[in-house]
Amino acid sequence: MQPSPSFSAPAWLRRGLVLLVLAASAVAAHAADLTVSAATSLTNAFKELGPLYEAANPGAKVFFNFGASGALLQQIVKGGAPVDVFVSADEETMDQAQQRGVVQAAQRRDVVSNTLVVIVPASARNVPKAVGDLAQASYQRIAIGLPASVPVGRYTKGVLEAAGLWWAVEPKTIGANTVRQALDYVARAEVDAGFVYATDAALMPDKVKVALTVPTPTPVRYPAAPIAASANAQLAAKFVEFLQSAPAQAVLAKHGFGKP
Amino acid sequence: MEGAWIALALTLKVAGWATVLNLVFGIAVGFAIARARFPGRDVLDAVLTLPMVMPPTVLGYYLLVLLGSHGPLGAWLIEQFGIRLIFTWQGAVIAAMVVAFPLVFKAARAAFETIDSQLEDAARTLGMHEIAIFFRVTLPLAWRGILAGLLLSFARALGEFGATLMVAGSIPGRTQTMSIAVYEAVQAGQDDAANFLVAVTSIVCVAVLLAAGRLVPGRVAARGG
Repeated sequence: MQPSPSFSAPAWLRRGLVLLVLAASAVAAHAADLTVSAATSLTNAFKELGPLYEAANPGAKVFFNFGASGALLQQIVKGGAPVDVFVSADEETMDQAQQRGVVQAAQRRDVVSNTLVVIVPASARNVPKAVGDLAQASYQRIAIGLPASVPVGRYTKGVLEAAGLWWAVEPKTIGANTVRQALDYVARAEVDAGFVYATDAALMPDKVKVALTVPTPTPVRYPAAPIAASANAQLAAKFVEFLQSAPAQAVLAKHGFGKP
Repeated sequence: MEGAWIALALTLKVAGWATVLNLVFGIAVGFAIARARFPGRDVLDAVLTLPMVMPPTVLGYYLLVLLGSHGPLGAWLIEQFGIRLIFTWQGAVIAAMVVAFPLVFKAARAAFETIDSQLEDAARTLGMHEIAIFFRVTLPLAWRGILAGLLLSFARALGEFGATLMVAGSIPGRTQTMSIAVYEAVQAGQDDAANFLVAVTSIVCVAVLLAAGRLVPGRVAARGG
């Protein structure tokens, strides 16, 4: 057999390959990049916190991945999503994360609290005076977070079950994939009422009005924890610390969140 | 597991209705665009093809704004007939129909354009009425092309996700189709339910493809004549 002629790539191809490799390395996660998976209700407040954290930690860059806490947990557990910090909207989801060993349990901290409210469209004629009113026929459609993956839905279900109303309200529920989707359904007046957090309702004061503040059997608290597999353990721990700092708490309070 | 069968039945119902509606509208519009000559025909064709290239979420948003209770069409429907489309299976049908429409419309237009017009002229010389010509000459000649488009649109409607979720929401037993049920089971970490739904969906898709092969007997019919 004759040796096959050696293949020599033309110059333009070689140069192109070099550029490609350079571009790829630029895309690969930078050492000081921090990815934070956080509950949807934190969206507006955290977007404001990002630059504050970056200013306090020169060179660090924060990326946020917002979603329903349950869905975020699945991304971390199943997909092995390259996340550094997880902030959920309930203790239950964080407990699950801890049981699976995906978070640094020792560094888990509650960072804020929130309140469950019943909202109605601003134009609504029917405004419930008590949670029990939602069982009436005048409330045909009620938006709630999906209890299986959205914490606000879990709180809602807990309240309705404790009041013995779940069986009456459940057939009327429209499940939302995030709390903001439930808010949107009410804002568009596609539903007669909805369960969201006080902080979400405050985002659309011209479109929705708060009818009731609902006490929950389990308090609405947001725990944060660094991810065990994080490549930036130090920055991740710093972010959880930062959330508890006075400047961060001031921003969160401005958005309506309570102290943990 | 029972939920999966309910979701499957609902998916078939939604996709079936969407396909039936597209059969009527797709043929009518495809015929009109293939035959009529008017300014702006190309623009209209492009607009009608948009759902094929536009992200389903964009379509879903358009539909939500249009059909919502404050939307121009939605408000009118509620006022005149008391019909609400958002969060209903009929809303899901409209979403699936709009998304799959270009597949029927494009196929129908192409099929009508390739017909030998001499055959229609011959029918005309024999004194056949225009409507009779359409149903007895034109449509049978174009049928194979249209059928291929219909099957594609049925398959597309079966898998519709984005626009449907935005318009019809995700209500188990009422608007939760297979693709949405899969999404939700995965989000909630319900792996058993997700596995079952995915298996059923895959089997249905293979069955649709096999049925499509039977319904459009490609080369055999072409050769055998």
